[in-house]
Amino acid sequence: MNLYSDELNQTVNLEIELILEAIFQQYGYDFRNYSKAHVKRRLLSRLSTSGLKSISEMQHKVLHEPGFFDQLLRDLSINVTEMFRDPSFYLAIRKEIIPILKTYPFIKVWHAGCSTGEEVYSFAILLKEEGLYNRVQIYATDFNTNVLEIAKKGIYPINRIKEFTANYQQAGGRQSFSDYYMADYNSVIFDQSLKKNIVFAEHNLVTDSVFAEVNIIICRNVLIYFNRDLQDTVFNLFSDSLINGGFLCLGSKETIQFSSKAGLYETINFQEKLYKKRIV
Amino acid sequence: MDIKRKSVNKMHGIVIGSSTGGFYALKKIITSLPEGFSLPIMIAQHISPNSDNFMAKYFDGLSLVTVKEADEKEPILPGVVYIAPPNYHLLIEEDFTLTLSTEEKRNYARPSVDVLFESAAYAFGPKLIGVVLTGANNDGAKGLLAIKNFGGTTIVQNPKEAEAYVMPQAALETANPDFVLSLDEISQKLIELENLFRGESSNQ
Repeated sequence: MNLYSDELNQTVNLEIELILEAIFQQYGYDFRNYSKAHVKRRLLSRLSTSGLKSISEMQHKVLHEPGFFDQLLRDLSINVTEMFRDPSFYLAIRKEIIPILKTYPFIKVWHAGCSTGEEVYSFAILLKEEGLYNRVQIYATDFNTNVLEIAKKGIYPINRIKEFTANYQQAGGRQSFSDYYMADYNSVIFDQSLKKNIVFAEHNLVTDSVFAEVNIIICRNVLIYFNRDLQDTVFNLFSDSLINGGFLCLGSKETIQFSSKAGLYETINFQEKLYKKRIV
Repeated sequence: MDIKRKSVNKMHGIVIGSSTGGFYALKKIITSLPEGFSLPIMIAQHISPNSDNFMAKYFDGLSLVTVKEADEKEPILPGVVYIAPPNYHLLIEEDFTLTLSTEEKRNYARPSVDVLFESAAYAFGPKLIGVVLTGANNDGAKGLLAIKNFGGTTIVQNPKEAEAYVMPQAALETANPDFVLSLDEISQKLIELENLFRGESSNQ
């Protein structure tokens, strides 16, 4: 598509605002406060493979074809993840949060924006190795039901196992990683007992409210796609969901420091973005 | 009928993409920039996903301009060099703030040069300078073409001089750049263009 002028570029930006409004009003998914550069990139990339001529044409299609909306929903939500992504994060959790959790009789975990579930199973494995799994309840949520279905199954392509295994080892894993899965020709299925205390559920951080009071919230590489206002809304939601003394664990490039809720937290590990809600 | 628009006041900026051999090439360019150099520079250098921010710290210590790893939502400031963090794409918002993304690799790379360049082309339009340096894959070629299409200035390191010729060669063939230069000449060209832009804005 030709948008080689500032005029055309601004028209495209307007079309993008309109399609996001249309999606919100028709389907209830709200991308209006997402990073504009991110949304533009995803929509233009879909446009270039769709055979459509403009975002306006795309808007017509998305309003009249729910199937096409499913496609756009997948485009707009980032579901790239891996097991034990950022191994140093898991090392820090083992060192700085696990010893405190060990003093609790029961632990509730909310993994917000869990995508296809790799990081949920990673955390479940960590809790198992630390002897905590039997006193934990994990709520793993995402707004995208397609990825939740994948997460529930716990089946991943076998070609990713090498990377997952390397991460697991660097993350302080104590067993042979292959103890946790069975390999088939093309895929691996994770130990079904890891699911015992996990509930996978649909929850939209942008439009839904608090659903549980929890000891830990893990939400990694979700907030980077939101603008500051929306980040603040989500930090409010998190602050209402965390018990005093509870832990907030973000992605390595995300921070609560610019939020109006920053004062509620103390930093446990700056590098790995681990925060503790103050006991007031 | 005229289209009713708010007038957009764009700033000038530089984006640089590099891969194999990029550390040395970037070091040479960044350390040659004079104090008070007023254009912001955003860099996508292919790097191992588990690296730390050593490169930014090291360059900062050696140069007269400020060099830092890019933070999400950070406003772009004149004269600051921003390096994409390992394992994240760096995008430029049209309000001149920075966005990071963990989406799929592009051209086997995250950060990808194309992702940075394309978003920068929308934001800066004709006031952007794009530079493709040494590297061993095709990343950056399409992004440089986008910069050119938006009327920006395009520079490619001479493939014959580059430590790895593939990336500058691909950019040269795809984007037909305005300048094909050695590293020393690239530094000189950036300083020259910076002076030119400074003159333009003081005449306004």
